[in-house]
Amino acid sequence: MGQQSTPPVLEVTDLVAGYRTRQGAWGRRAEVHALSGVNMNIASGETLGLVGESGCGKSTLARTIVRLMAPTSGSVRFEGRDLLALRGKDLREVRRDIQMVFQDPYASLNPRMTVEQLIKEAWRIHPGVVPKQDQDREVKTLLERVGLNPNHAFRYPHQFSGGQRQRISIARALSVRPKLIVCDEAVSSLDVSIQAQILKLLEELQQDLGVAYLFISHDLGVVRHVADRVAVMHLGTIVETGTTEEIYRSPSHPYTQALLSAAPSITDWQEPQGEGEEIVLRGDPPSPVDPPSGCRFRGRCWKAQSLCRDEEPALEPRGTGHPVACHFATVDPNVQMPAG
Amino acid sequence: MTNRNEYAASDADPTQREAVTGAMQEKNTKHPLLEVDRLAIAFDTTNASVRPVRDMSLVIEPEQTLAVVGESGSGKSLTSLAVMGLLPEQARIASGSLRFEGRDLTELDEEEWNRLRGEQVAMVFQDPLSALNPSLSIGYQIAEMFRRHRGQSREQARERTIALMEEVGIPEPAHRFSAYPHQFSGGMRQRVVIAMALALEPKLLIADEPTTALDVTVQAQILRLLRRRRQEGQAMLIISHDLGVVARTAQSVVVMYAGQAVETGSIPEVYRAPAHPYTSGLMAATPSTGQGKQIRPIEGQPPDPADLPSGCVFHPRCPFARERCRKEEPLLRQVAPGRTSACHFAEEVLSRGTAIDTTGA
Amino acid sequence: MTAETTERAGVGRTHRRTVVAASVLILFAAVALVGPLLYPYDAIATSPVDRLLPPGSRLEDGTLAILGTDQVGRDLLAQVIAGTRVSLQVGLATVVLGGLLGLVLGLLAGYFGGPLDAVISRLGDMQLAFPSILLAILLAGVLGPSLLNVIIALAVTRWVIFARVVRGSTLATRNLEFVDSARVLGAGHTRIMVRYLLPSCLQPLIVAGTVQIGLTMVAEAALSFLGLGVPADQASWGATIANGRDYIASAWWIAAVPGLALTLVVVCVGILGDALQDSSDPKKKVSA
Repeated sequence: MGQQSTPPVLEVTDLVAGYRTRQGAWGRRAEVHALSGVNMNIASGETLGLVGESGCGKSTLARTIVRLMAPTSGSVRFEGRDLLALRGKDLREVRRDIQMVFQDPYASLNPRMTVEQLIKEAWRIHPGVVPKQDQDREVKTLLERVGLNPNHAFRYPHQFSGGQRQRISIARALSVRPKLIVCDEAVSSLDVSIQAQILKLLEELQQDLGVAYLFISHDLGVVRHVADRVAVMHLGTIVETGTTEEIYRSPSHPYTQALLSAAPSITDWQEPQGEGEEIVLRGDPPSPVDPPSGCRFRGRCWKAQSLCRDEEPALEPRGTGHPVACHFATVDPNVQMPAG
Repeated sequence: MTNRNEYAASDADPTQREAVTGAMQEKNTKHPLLEVDRLAIAFDTTNASVRPVRDMSLVIEPEQTLAVVGESGSGKSLTSLAVMGLLPEQARIASGSLRFEGRDLTELDEEEWNRLRGEQVAMVFQDPLSALNPSLSIGYQIAEMFRRHRGQSREQARERTIALMEEVGIPEPAHRFSAYPHQFSGGMRQRVVIAMALALEPKLLIADEPTTALDVTVQAQILRLLRRRRQEGQAMLIISHDLGVVARTAQSVVVMYAGQAVETGSIPEVYRAPAHPYTSGLMAATPSTGQGKQIRPIEGQPPDPADLPSGCVFHPRCPFARERCRKEEPLLRQVAPGRTSACHFAEEVLSRGTAIDTTGA
Repeated sequence: MTAETTERAGVGRTHRRTVVAASVLILFAAVALVGPLLYPYDAIATSPVDRLLPPGSRLEDGTLAILGTDQVGRDLLAQVIAGTRVSLQVGLATVVLGGLLGLVLGLLAGYFGGPLDAVISRLGDMQLAFPSILLAILLAGVLGPSLLNVIIALAVTRWVIFARVVRGSTLATRNLEFVDSARVLGAGHTRIMVRYLLPSCLQPLIVAGTVQIGLTMVAEAALSFLGLGVPADQASWGATIANGRDYIASAWWIAAVPGLALTLVVVCVGILGDALQDSSDPKKKVSA
């Protein structure tokens, strides 16, 4: 908010996307909205962290942005061009600019291609990025850039560890010189010590290359360390967004407060371990198949009142300094618990 | 009276068992609940024997909760499987001892194991779905524990089951008694698995990555449940890769690296000032929601158990490594009262650790 | 200890078996190629005097009939050699043709899904519900007896099996992350199908192919037996087996010799197929 002097590289407006499902073998078909009206943007060279629990729609958002999925309505604009209207050559050109690093390093690389083939494949699809005679050298440079031994270019993915494979994925994404990289749980399957290596690499690459990240994760700790701004997603909508400092220091949506309070931290031992020191939501995250009316969080919210049932709160600043979608948002980071 | 006889007695007559357990508790005041001493687990192949666990020791006193923390491949899960007598077929205990209330577990036969598991030691696994039988109702599966091990009638078992479901936080237990696992969410399934593990009031509950498969808000529920059990005196062994989960549930911790215990101590002491470079590296690498501290990775990769480095296994990744670390393998030694570390320069790390402000404020 | 040793010994045994199987097949291929030139077969040259002679007998003209003669006095060895060419041709060509057809249709159905998949799959289902030999009889009858027509008729009956196999593995691979990552990179449909999906279909396709080679050779025999196979002036193993059926009690060699050849080829192709399947896995290739 306010600080976006640079025009956004990516602008998502009122995005609705879903999939069809069927209840039972003969049940009626239903359209499940994994995304129900998402608005967000990413400025060039910045990292937007997108946090939420499984099933909240964060992966659907990622897949829609990279056009692995078609949305039902809404728009995705990249540098002002409507991504969803592009076809053929124009689409391929824009695709070069938006790359993705997937969650599972064991599944996201073609097992039958060597590292070199994997990277060169990108240049075969986008001829002209690197001239043919420079390609061998460029492969080596890229591998060095992501911290891999350039002499391992002829190895197959299975000869690398999980962290190294994620480096290969990053090298491949970088090979077409994108402006935005969507990282969908890109470090979630890695061990902590390796995870930190990859996070550091992503940070260095951003400083050197000015690439923007949409960093999707369920891990609030990781997001705090990589993101400039954060969007919190709940059941297909963004419930709170702001700078990382704003979100982590003064979370205003009860869901954000609950998430932050629930996330285990290495400093947890300092707190007296009595009851009531953390907010523990009751029950499970609701399903997008049958979302509640009004505010979608009200079923698990301790602040819920009749207004929450009748009216869906809009994502707007509510005297909290940053947009929140809650009728009863409080800036106070010390969450007000219900009296009872 | 040997332990073997006690178990035989427990099977014969439940009332007698109560008396015997009482006697055992008296007798066992000198024994810790679980004692693993210099355990090594080997996987044998034709030309080499790989040891994913090489030197693992831990002690759990009654009513205490200990966490084993380590990254994948550190051998933490194998250690817990060894305690349960559930090692995979290719694995064998190469050396060291496992003692439960002073009794050598390596000498148990299959029948004795079956009596120990469930009754004395119970386990909660990472994936609750595969731990439950999909074709039997939740209630039936929990009640089965009471019916088989306690010889209770269907009615009695049902009552106990509903009470237990209530206790682990399953809403409307009477209504959900006849539900099937697929009708439950991941968090609810994990509660069922915990209920089954707690059913026979085991002396030790082992939880191997109990919340790794769960969402943050559900994880908080399960951690609170485990912590409540701890406060009620349930002894637990928690296996986790997550320092945050460990901080929230355990009283003391064993840090494992490459099949070895590299540091032990109470949670506040270890977290405040680690005495092994791996522990401090792990803490520096762990992102936290608390403060905006910088995270610092541990460079390099964990070693291949078939090709371990010379000297200290951690030296290739260690910022403190010196000549001595390359040549001489450090043993786990006491560095402060109640604390051990397997580092030649533990005192140095310890003093550095206190200097590093982990709160970042 | 034991797991690794047995595995290693297993690898050695598999290797030896593969070499033996390959040698046998090369021998048969060589026979098919040059055999008829060295030891020609003439379908019309019957000799009633020499009929039903057991293996090793002398013919009336003094030449040795190593494998004996059939019911009209034709030399069985020459007949089996000539039949080798026809049988191998039919088996291979049918599997290649049917396999290609199945591969293309299976890939398209699996990758695009939707109505295209529905059309291809239902067509396949309908054909499977209809006895394949009947369909082959119908087709061969309409097309008339010739080697090419036999191949076409059999290929048409076989494509469904290949298409099903290919569609199955395409569906399994289609949504894997590495295929998504190629799509994000901007790879087109053709590239994704050829470079990403096709390689994972080849393994099961080869396995299906090795099974089908044997079955088509048998099916060819059935067609030939009914007079709808190769023309009467050409020999095939199937036709020879069919001839020998009536004499199985008195002159067992007529059916036994081509039957043995057929069995040998089918078994060896199967062994080779297994070996190919293992070697197309990059994990096994590198560690070996």
